[in-house]
Amino acid sequence: MEDSEGRSKTANGRGSGLVTALLLVPTTAWYLFLLVVPLGILIVFSLGTRTDVGGYSPGLTLQNYADLPTRWPAFQNTLTLALIGTILCALVAYPLAYYLATRAGQKRTVLLILVILPFWTSFLVRTYAWLQILGANGIPSLLQTLGVEPRPVFLNTHAAVLLGIVYNYLPLMVFPLYVSLERLDKRLIEASKDLGANRLRTFFQVTLPLTAPGLVSGALLVFIPMMGEYIIPSILGGGKIYFVGNALVDLYLQSRNWPLGSAAAIGLIALVVLTATVYLRLTRVSSQRDVSLL
Amino acid sequence: MDRTQFQKLYLDYERGRIDRRAFLKASGLGLAAAVLAACTPGAGASTKPSAGTSSDWTPPEGVNLGDTLNLTTWPNYHDQATLDKFKDLTGVSIALTIFGSNEEMLAQLQAGSTGWDVLVPTNYTFETYGQLGLLEPLDLSKIPNFVSSRYEARFLEPAHYPAGSSDLFGISKDWGTTGYVVNTKNATKPMTSWKDFFDMAQGELSGKVMIHDYQLTSIGNALKYHGFSFNSVDPNELAKAEETLLAAKPHLFAISSDYQPPMRAGDAWVAMAWTGDGVQLNRDIPEIKYIIGSEGGEIWSDFFAVIADAPHRDAAYAFLDYMAVPAVMAADAAFHGYPIVDSAGIDLLPADFKNNPIIYPDEKLLSPLEFGAAVTLTDQNRADLWNRVKSA
Repeated sequence: MEDSEGRSKTANGRGSGLVTALLLVPTTAWYLFLLVVPLGILIVFSLGTRTDVGGYSPGLTLQNYADLPTRWPAFQNTLTLALIGTILCALVAYPLAYYLATRAGQKRTVLLILVILPFWTSFLVRTYAWLQILGANGIPSLLQTLGVEPRPVFLNTHAAVLLGIVYNYLPLMVFPLYVSLERLDKRLIEASKDLGANRLRTFFQVTLPLTAPGLVSGALLVFIPMMGEYIIPSILGGGKIYFVGNALVDLYLQSRNWPLGSAAAIGLIALVVLTATVYLRLTRVSSQRDVSLL
Repeated sequence: MDRTQFQKLYLDYERGRIDRRAFLKASGLGLAAAVLAACTPGAGASTKPSAGTSSDWTPPEGVNLGDTLNLTTWPNYHDQATLDKFKDLTGVSIALTIFGSNEEMLAQLQAGSTGWDVLVPTNYTFETYGQLGLLEPLDLSKIPNFVSSRYEARFLEPAHYPAGSSDLFGISKDWGTTGYVVNTKNATKPMTSWKDFFDMAQGELSGKVMIHDYQLTSIGNALKYHGFSFNSVDPNELAKAEETLLAAKPHLFAISSDYQPPMRAGDAWVAMAWTGDGVQLNRDIPEIKYIIGSEGGEIWSDFFAVIADAPHRDAAYAFLDYMAVPAVMAADAAFHGYPIVDSAGIDLLPADFKNNPIIYPDEKLLSPLEFGAAVTLTDQNRADLWNRVKSA
């Protein structure tokens, strides 16, 4: 009896183990072939050298990493704009999410759909639309007819790129915030008020700390893609507002310095990981609680 | 028709009482469908004006050309009617891949497996392409319409690899210059040189000037500002050009090779430009003029070439032969506005095309111009310089 029971248990264990393994195959394959292998190629390329006509020739040098500081302005620009963009997203999204979660009432569903609605159109089309709106025949000419002289220039400025990234990534900030505000126990706010705290104090001592996880995950959700942004600065920045993404495209396709391009790509990954880690550490310490990503 | 009528009609159609044609006609959707069909590439080809007549060219006999050809080329560079006509004659539809610089084309070809058949490379690329074995030496017996004696030697020469050999890797498509366009309504002070271009970009034209997103031309023209060769790879001369570009950068409207839209919208007043864009802009907005820098600058020629291991090799040769027909290339040039090389083709061009000073400039403006060199395209210092300028 014992024997047969033991055997059937093992068989069961093996069976479920096999199922688990099978279920994990697609994800594992995905990560292996689309993340680990390309990352390996990047690392190998980053240690090579550029041939005379461009491209990659095998090598074992750290020179490309030593050359990375020459691209520092691109990294600095990316980091600054992504940070400002994230903060602006939070400032715009928080009141909106607050309104949706607490005050929207019956209109809530419609308004939530309106937040997602832009995603139904191609991202590229929406960015090109901004090109028209900010271009000379858009808002600047409207302002001119209203008497603003000389006609202001919006296109190809830091402000235009910021507008573009905030506009595009805003919903990714709104939703996590909305979810955390929606889950917020309203009785805690009432209790705070009953205990004599005014609205401002209630917000900073109750609402904000309790919705911090939503803010933290929303910030990461917009910050990381902003760091890798390439299309928005190239359309709304006119080749003047330069992100690491643009530097990568130029390194690969224009100067065909694949080794330096690979090193720059790894530099970008490192910068994102570093910033995100520091950020998570800081937010964890300040709110004295575990923070989940989503 | 109101809603209930439409619903009834739709139900009739669904239940098979009327056929699709009757439904579309009665509902008025037929018109919409017809408009859509006309907008679909190729569908309305037969009604469009044709490039030349069918008797100008016949497909090679006894060769199966297949049904596709992949052509990798530049923006605004082919008349759709020319491509449609080729499809009518051969059944081969042409898929275009558009690029902004020779460097990007080269990068893709170096990466491999592009599936491209025909490429439109510029004169200075042949040495690199030849070295890397990316193009095939042309079998001229398959391009009977190409008659090299009708071509000016200086435009055909660069396609020989190794230089001076008899192997030809491309046949001329057209040629042109790299100058700049000026909207004279806004930029009223006369401009004639690269000195004017870069000085005024930092002065009265601040915020209104564009340069190419292309190291070869942008660095080359900054070198001309100092009176150096367009092709210089001398580190000291390049350092001077870098200074000029860095000083101008904060004053530029944009660094982009897609300058037609901002020039048309009035965002930009002055932009580094190639001949055909000058022609197209001037045709639509006469106050936009095209200037060739008096210090010199670039003269270039573009070619049709066949990629080594092209998947549709026979169709590629058929297309090259078709484009070598004088009537076909002349009709195509009338659209794109770049000067062609074949003397028989030039004879067929309308007088206003031949006499257009943007297309065929005065010889005294042309003589100081230089053809780009192979090293100008691939030099690491120039590549790095351009990257520094852009990320500054």
